[in-house]
Amino acid sequence: MSIAGAAQGFSVRRISAMVRRYWYLLSSSWPRILDLIYWPTVQMLMWGFLQLYVSQHGGFFAQASGVFIGAVLLWDILFRGQLGFSISFLEEMYARNLGNIMMSPLRPVELIVSLMIMSIVRLSIGMIPVSFLAIAFFGFNLWALGLALAAFFVNLMLTSWSIGIFVAGLLLRNGLGAESLAWTIMFLFLPLTCVYYPVAVLPVWLQWVAWALPPTYVFEGMRALLIDHTFRADLMIEALVFNAVLFAAASWAFTWLLESAREHGSLIQTGE
Amino acid sequence: MDAIATSSAGPSAIAVERLRKVYKGVVAVDGISFALAPGSITGLLGGNGAGKTTTIAMIMGLVTPTSGAVTVLGAAMPRERYRVLHRMNFESPYVDMPMRLTVRQNLTVFAELYGVEDVSARIAALAADLDLTEFLDRPNGKLSAGQKTRVALAKSLLNDPEVLLLDEPTASLDPDTADWVRGRLEAFCRRHGTTVLLASHNMSEVERLCSRVIIMKRGRVEDDDTPDRLLARYGRRNLEEVFLDVARGREREVAP
Repeated sequence: MSIAGAAQGFSVRRISAMVRRYWYLLSSSWPRILDLIYWPTVQMLMWGFLQLYVSQHGGFFAQASGVFIGAVLLWDILFRGQLGFSISFLEEMYARNLGNIMMSPLRPVELIVSLMIMSIVRLSIGMIPVSFLAIAFFGFNLWALGLALAAFFVNLMLTSWSIGIFVAGLLLRNGLGAESLAWTIMFLFLPLTCVYYPVAVLPVWLQWVAWALPPTYVFEGMRALLIDHTFRADLMIEALVFNAVLFAAASWAFTWLLESAREHGSLIQTGE
Repeated sequence: MDAIATSSAGPSAIAVERLRKVYKGVVAVDGISFALAPGSITGLLGGNGAGKTTTIAMIMGLVTPTSGAVTVLGAAMPRERYRVLHRMNFESPYVDMPMRLTVRQNLTVFAELYGVEDVSARIAALAADLDLTEFLDRPNGKLSAGQKTRVALAKSLLNDPEVLLLDEPTASLDPDTADWVRGRLEAFCRRHGTTVLLASHNMSEVERLCSRVIIMKRGRVEDDDTPDRLLARYGRRNLEEVFLDVARGREREVAP
């Protein structure tokens, strides 16, 4: 029997196989699909009604229409993007399938690309309906942000993938003992990237930390767009630079953790 | 015991040389050497903690040796693993396939990963051979232990591997199913000339399938020979008695 191109350095076919594997799982399980939509909807409704309440009292918030709801939708892109990546990876560990995967010709980079694709698929299933609900309930049209939305999305996804790659490395090295990090690590970004308030609110020393994190530029950019009606391309370019550094660092960490897992025998003991 | 450095048939399919693995000061594998001839079926015996699984993991490239070398089909593991992983496969009770996916979906994913050409035909042929046809559209999680083992075996044979590593392939199976699986496995390997390294606690399985037996104890190769010669040397009637002699440190007879 001939084995077609299995020794190739990078294979779209192997990536497609992994995407198909995750899609088979997702499409066969309605609780998994419901979970993708449920929490973003709850978040959007809560922040939407809060915004409605404060805007009825006039002042600044009456002018800043959609800042909270825009923030929660962009936060969900960041958070759900990473979660979509990490959960797909965790599914391999729950299924005790990681040994099969690691012993196959699948390259680590192909696994990562397939996880990136699945994070977009999962995010789309959750966020697209929620974005339309935001229009219906609160008249907030995320899609009307146009090109700015594309710039926000690219930067947020790059950050979410970087964190997802790093967490995958930790899981390979430490097994399911590191699982809680997959669920909680992104919450560190919630206060530091100033999702719901301007960077200026933070103490000066913490502002330095905030400006070192790419999503901070996105959330500041969103506020500039919604409050001042200005698209800050400079912020998006800075976010992209920081994202490039973060992505490279996460990829290096993943490679190092994978090699460390091979050294310590963690790949054959992926339990607790 | 001295290692068999090269096989009489030419280059080895698997060559292990002074292989050592230490985990945090604990020696799991202690300088073992052996070479497996292409097309041979070799049993790897040893009690719990003897180092069998670590040895197999190093051969697969899942664990980096502390020192020594592993070569599979001419590729140094784990550094050159991607040169040969598509020509190898394995089965172990310590891994599973996704439970919610059907047998056909699981086999399709792995066939694609291994670059199998006509995926549908290959799955149909293996399903017929391993009596899985009626289960192809059933989720893996709904199968019995014996059916799951056959699916795992089908996965391990998808790419017609030149090297097959089997870690307890019939563990948890009833004697009838285990015997059936052994028969299919034996027929496949003889037909395709597959090199097999079989780790097992089932001595009758090893006696039936293997032309050579390597016995490990505390990370070392304690003995390495054909089943017949081992039986003669230890003065025993079956490999189980030989295994117990080795495990309990009883002296073997001096070989004639």
